[in-house]
Amino acid sequence: MKTKYLPLLGLVMLAPVAHSETLSISCGAVGAELQLCKEGVDAWAAKTGNTVKLVSTPNSSTERLSLYQQILSAGSTDLDVLQIDVIWPGMLASQLLDLTPYIKDQAEFFPSMISNDTINGKLVAMPWFTDAGLLFYRKDLLEKYKLPVPATWSELSQSAKVIQDGERQAGNSQMWGYVWQGRAYEGLTCDALEWVYSHNGGTLINAKGEVDVTNPGVITALNQAKSWVNTISPEGVLNYAEEEARGVFQTGNAAFMRNWPYAWSLAQASDSPIKDKVGVAPLPKGGEDGKHAATLGGWQLAVSKYSQHPQLAADLVSYLTSYEEQKRRAIKGTYNPTRPALYQDAEVTTAVPFFKDLYDVFVNGVPRPSSISGDKYGQVSNAFFNTVHEVLAGSQPADKATKDLQHKLKRLLR
Amino acid sequence: MSTSATDKLRTAAPAASAPPKGRLSRTRVRAAWLFLLPMLVVLLLVAGWPLLRTIWFSFTDASFSTLHEAHFIGLENYLSYDDGEWYGVLADPQWWGAVRNTLFFTLVSVSLELVLGMVFALVLNAQFPGRALVRAAVLIPWAIPTIVSAKMWSWMLHDQFGILNHLLISLGILDAPLAWTANSSLSLWAVVIVDVWKTTPFMALLILAALQMLPSDCYEAARVDGIHPVRVFFRVTLPLITPALLVAVTFRVLDALRVFDVIYVLTSNSADTMSMSVFARQQLVEFQEVGYGSAASTLLFLFIALLTLAWLYLGRKRLQGDL
Repeated sequence: MKTKYLPLLGLVMLAPVAHSETLSISCGAVGAELQLCKEGVDAWAAKTGNTVKLVSTPNSSTERLSLYQQILSAGSTDLDVLQIDVIWPGMLASQLLDLTPYIKDQAEFFPSMISNDTINGKLVAMPWFTDAGLLFYRKDLLEKYKLPVPATWSELSQSAKVIQDGERQAGNSQMWGYVWQGRAYEGLTCDALEWVYSHNGGTLINAKGEVDVTNPGVITALNQAKSWVNTISPEGVLNYAEEEARGVFQTGNAAFMRNWPYAWSLAQASDSPIKDKVGVAPLPKGGEDGKHAATLGGWQLAVSKYSQHPQLAADLVSYLTSYEEQKRRAIKGTYNPTRPALYQDAEVTTAVPFFKDLYDVFVNGVPRPSSISGDKYGQVSNAFFNTVHEVLAGSQPADKATKDLQHKLKRLLR
Repeated sequence: MSTSATDKLRTAAPAASAPPKGRLSRTRVRAAWLFLLPMLVVLLLVAGWPLLRTIWFSFTDASFSTLHEAHFIGLENYLSYDDGEWYGVLADPQWWGAVRNTLFFTLVSVSLELVLGMVFALVLNAQFPGRALVRAAVLIPWAIPTIVSAKMWSWMLHDQFGILNHLLISLGILDAPLAWTANSSLSLWAVVIVDVWKTTPFMALLILAALQMLPSDCYEAARVDGIHPVRVFFRVTLPLITPALLVAVTFRVLDALRVFDVIYVLTSNSADTMSMSVFARQQLVEFQEVGYGSAASTLLFLFIALLTLAWLYLGRKRLQGDL
């Protein structure tokens, strides 16, 4: 370049303050996520005069993490804002921007979620929406067969069987009792943790940091889940993620479904065959002395350390997690807010009545052992869901499989 | 990745072998090398360097976040003995499961493709109206990218709303829908079915090319002698196209050994269908264990390289025996 252009270059480099910038954000596409994300992002873009590009990522959180790790470890500037899972802040912390200077209203969020996203004193992400596993049921079918909402897993198995048999006799040969997430992926870890915890089987790693996956609670829980496959759940459930399960439930071919809250607004959509026929309850207990359990999920927004516009990106995060935006998302898409105040907001509770009833479920979710296993969590979870999958598929008995798992996890975490 | 490197190495082999001396003058040899040099450099950069790096990483404890501070740990990623227990890829039951799946997949799918490809090629070699159209149509499965066709099949194989189950039930072959990709005894077969659907056209194409090169006089002689067509096929056609078959099978075996996308799309990380490449990817990308994953990749590379050498050696020997 000729030297006479250098002053010009300097001007160009100073100019960005006035320029409109292009940011990129990756948000999920499960259910109505992408549409809602696009609307929120567009509103911010219109307000600030910048442009935001949506980058699509895989639905499976296991795959999305791999993609992020590749992009981040390459130091790529392609992504400014990332939607990250509740279990990732610890794994990705070193590649994320500390948001503390940019976020003014930290105190208005659930403290447990802020602390989950604070790694070594740095706020690496902001909670965007929280999640907990829920039991969806068909109100009309429970009424038809005069059954209560199941409180224990055995009750659920029985009711599911009654409805399934009854509906099949009535002519729907495609009817199933219960659908859930059985594919060998992170979602199965969530489902299985709920079964185990509800049977008082703990959370895989106990408070002392010891691996604990061979206790009777774990074995009972896994054996019970195995008994569902091919009786009240189709065999294909072993390859279902969230959307596959919702597909079967929402076409009216299942009596019960385990899923995240997002499924509610879709089941209630105007074109849904099961509109106004769906109820939501906490997942059943392991037995009379068991407890209700819901695996804690949820997604955060983080800014890549390699972003070329950190300030703008942080502003976008702040906008998307704001009261108004979370309210819109709660009403339109049943995404659980991360600000306690929204659970008192009349407009929200009218739109989604179960938010208020299940408030305790959402705040007392069972966390996955992600912080205790640190950067090994991916492998811990993988070993767990593969073992569970083997048991469900019948290729290994629960007692032997969990013994192997105990051994494997100990090796991993030594 | 080492798998793509093997590709490049394969093409590099003839280029690297020195031209016969004496027949070319010295200057011409030098010119030849000069012309080859850019390609050799490119090959070294795009194939040699990643391959060597992968092999180097397999001797270190590298992880994704500590790539630059990796320490040399010898053969520990492959096999090591510690506290009365074996560690490393070679002591990993999941790796051996992946090896078993890969071998099963390769053997079954390539055999099926060979037989079906032969049938297709013989049909396409016959004279019938609209032959050109049928030839083009047969090639379509091969032209569709694997990711697309695998995703398409995963919907067709869906246990609740998949068209395959629907068809089989309405034809009375099945009573209840099968969970093709979820049932552990079916899922590997489902993968084989999708692969056979996709790559049979490739096999058919190569065999068809060989069939069209056949001399017609043998066939005329056979017809004059009134020999049964089946006998003609086994005595004349088959021996004549064997070299082409060997090439086709070699291509497919090498491809099948590093199978990844079709399995990953259909059944993700399930241990029932995991191939060696899926295993290596999981270690490298998902678990961030660059050292361990590199060891798995290196083993896969060695496996394919050794098999190729053995196959070429045997193939050459057999051909020489035949001639």
